[in-house]
Amino acid sequence: MTTFMPFSQTDVLDAVKWALSEDAPLEIFGHGSRRGIGRPMQCEHALDLSGLSGVTLYEPEELVLSAKAGTPLIDIERLLAKHRQELAFEPMNCTRLFGGTPTQTDKTGTIGGALATNLSGPRRLRAGAVRDHVLGVNAVSGRGELFKSGGRVVKNVTGYDLSKLMAGSWGTLAVVTDITVKVLPAAETQTTLVIRGLTDELATAAMALALGSSAEVSAAAHLPYGVTQRVASDMRGDDAATLLRVEGFGPSVAYRVDTLKRLLENAGPLSEVGAQFSKPLWRDIRDCVPFADGTERPVWRVSMAPSEAHKMVLALRMETGADAYYDWQGGLVWLRMEAEPEAETLRRLIADFGGGHATLMRASPAWRAAVPVFEPQPAPLAALAARLKAEFDPKGILSPGRMVSGAPSAKVAATEEERSES
Amino acid sequence: MSGLAMPKPDAETMRRRDEIVAGLRAIVPGEGVVDAVNEMRAFESDGLTAYRQLPLVVVLPETVGQVSRILKFCNERNIRVVPRGSGTSLSGGALPLEDAVLLVMSRFNRILGIDYPNRVVVAQPGVTNLGISTAVEQEGFYYAPDPSSQIACSIGGNVAENSGGVHCLKYGLTANNVLGIEMVLMDGEVVRLGGRHLDSEGYDLLGVMTGSEGLLGVVTEVTVRILKKPETARALLIGFPSSEQGGQCVADIIGAGIIPGGMEMMDRPAIHAAEDFVHAGYPLECEALLIVELDGPGVEVDHLIGLVEQIAHKNGSTTCQISTSEAERLNFWAGRKAAFPAVGRISPDYYCMDGTIPRKQLPRVLAGMREMSEKYGLRVANVFHAGDGNLHPLILYDANVPGELDKAESFGADILRLCVEVGGVLTGEHGVGVEKRDLMPEMFNEIDLDQQMRVKCAFDPNHLLNPGKVFPQLRRCAELGRMHISGGKLPFPNIPRF
Repeated sequence: MTTFMPFSQTDVLDAVKWALSEDAPLEIFGHGSRRGIGRPMQCEHALDLSGLSGVTLYEPEELVLSAKAGTPLIDIERLLAKHRQELAFEPMNCTRLFGGTPTQTDKTGTIGGALATNLSGPRRLRAGAVRDHVLGVNAVSGRGELFKSGGRVVKNVTGYDLSKLMAGSWGTLAVVTDITVKVLPAAETQTTLVIRGLTDELATAAMALALGSSAEVSAAAHLPYGVTQRVASDMRGDDAATLLRVEGFGPSVAYRVDTLKRLLENAGPLSEVGAQFSKPLWRDIRDCVPFADGTERPVWRVSMAPSEAHKMVLALRMETGADAYYDWQGGLVWLRMEAEPEAETLRRLIADFGGGHATLMRASPAWRAAVPVFEPQPAPLAALAARLKAEFDPKGILSPGRMVSGAPSAKVAATEEERSES
Repeated sequence: MSGLAMPKPDAETMRRRDEIVAGLRAIVPGEGVVDAVNEMRAFESDGLTAYRQLPLVVVLPETVGQVSRILKFCNERNIRVVPRGSGTSLSGGALPLEDAVLLVMSRFNRILGIDYPNRVVVAQPGVTNLGISTAVEQEGFYYAPDPSSQIACSIGGNVAENSGGVHCLKYGLTANNVLGIEMVLMDGEVVRLGGRHLDSEGYDLLGVMTGSEGLLGVVTEVTVRILKKPETARALLIGFPSSEQGGQCVADIIGAGIIPGGMEMMDRPAIHAAEDFVHAGYPLECEALLIVELDGPGVEVDHLIGLVEQIAHKNGSTTCQISTSEAERLNFWAGRKAAFPAVGRISPDYYCMDGTIPRKQLPRVLAGMREMSEKYGLRVANVFHAGDGNLHPLILYDANVPGELDKAESFGADILRLCVEVGGVLTGEHGVGVEKRDLMPEMFNEIDLDQQMRVKCAFDPNHLLNPGKVFPQLRRCAELGRMHISGGKLPFPNIPRF
């Protein structure tokens, strides 16, 4: 068992070349805060990128920041906050879901991990995901080649956007060493408008109404009965809470909250959560804190059309026990299952209700090995993804098996050999 | 055509033209196959009119099944295919090839669904960009990316080029506003990426497809996000005695945490050309003119207008007009929107460039352009999307003067090299196409380009889709696939390990 701890691009390159020459797959991670997600890997060796750390460029007036992949998100967020800026995609902090404490500050995730997993928070609805904010990367492919893609400017259509390809690739295509992201001004203030006591269906309708207004709602979530008290806030009682966040300049926020109140005056009892409690409230929604119960009970993250998701949940409950709450206007469903993951049932229902995808975010290693953690793709798409993997990592040395079972097939590897011999 | 090398026509394909036309007619009946030279003339170039080429044959399918069968037919016979939307590309992305089938998607012109609760529109790729906004206008919605060709350009073409527009500083490019596509691969397989939900279950192939310039697949359906129109929009028209001050004003606006809906700058030649053309009342004595548009609730817009006015004053603005009516706001924009045709009036021809730079490099790049302008003896007028550093220098030339087109192209290439040198890129929104193809090595080394080409190999291993575009040199996928590990071992690396 070897764990490489690179401190430079060259170190990463050397480690990958070594792995290639030894035919020894590497598990790629930063802080390891998301290591519990994905299929369990059988890698003997690992590449720990947490030593590859530091912000290398930050120009607030250009809205751009570059950092080495292992840079702690917490450091980046602090630096940005000093200049009243932020990562608009609200990267998820996975530590609490896997048993970390609310005050934990050590090893809570890196910028590289945020890119590799593309797990974005509540503002994803309005501002886009990690993939929408990455401008450029340097990376080492599974061929042991150091390459760059993109740049440091927002408007760039020069060549294929390989930076986006790295987003959500879970370390299986290349080892990203440096990342440049677009940063944005942080809102001056925020207020969350709360509607209490709505059913999932009525909440979905209320959220659609709010998002379809000109109030520029930056996040919309629904916590059904029983979930409300599991997030930090000053809300009282167990009743369901439908939450609409409004951010921006002070006078604008006040005006837009009023607009929403008029729009939703008949929806249910309305109240407001001010900035002080609104921030931790949305942080807990982002980090799946309602299901951070210290167990290994299966937790799913499901993305669907907002109007359809609650119907799927209702149908699911006819077949099995599940606890749910909603983000992204209802389109992101967090599910905690009573016992087993019920992957087939869940995925069948997602397909029945217009499609989407489910990722098993937490489960015992045995379950993660037994059921597809990521949504299985139709054959032509799966084949295309496999060809892409084989192009970037023909020997299957980068986090093999994390997303789909099996390294690139032996057949692909054999073809590569033939090619190189011919 | 000035020395642009395109892939050598395949003699076998040329010889079998009649057979190919017949094969396509069997797939697309009636007028969907165009093979008469005079009728094919309409397709011989796109928005980059300096380059023209008649295709082998033009086919205009109407159904996904037809697209799939056409591609499969061509793939099996090793026939090249060039996809085309509305043909408004400014980089030659849809330039036909002598031995290639030109696959025109303009008959895919229907909106398939409007879904207000989920705020999406599903459209066929031939629907125009503006057509989407128009379809949802009555409910107060719109589609945000607004390339200046929006009246004509197709949404499928927007996906291929990852089109921008003046609003993308605040609302993003096409890539940030497309939720899903249906596409056909070169082998005829139909795949769907994304949909009405967010994010991908696997690799972000949608992200790769967006801006892939028709080299990876043919888009047959697009799902886009629509937004509610802002309550109000107001604009400021600000003049500066120097481009440095204008540039600093832009930096300070963003530094103050303000992201305007649009922020455009014009230099003196562009201001004069525009004013002479549309008489918008632009101040003629300034060196840089900034249009800043703020949108949102009235109370927010009023608040921000005040802030921007202060910032402009602090940066030495000589004039600052604030729109008080919708008519006035549109008037501010009239000159900017007409800048290209306005420049067209003062010169027989112009050549529009599209580099992006870090904003703070603006004075340096403008100074560089002035020097080049003297060196080449050609005038240049500048309009730019100032908020995101996207420059559109317009090089003025006369194609009837022998050698001037070549000079204009060399001038343009020098500008783009300078953009890359200061940390920018070759193209912000127009695409590489054939136009900037040979400049790619200015920005990427061979290894960088190889990785991009490997994506191509995963999608289209025989390089049949839109060859000769984007990549300066085509390398066989088999050749790219080789691994170089001498003797099976590499030197043992000296790196920390535990």
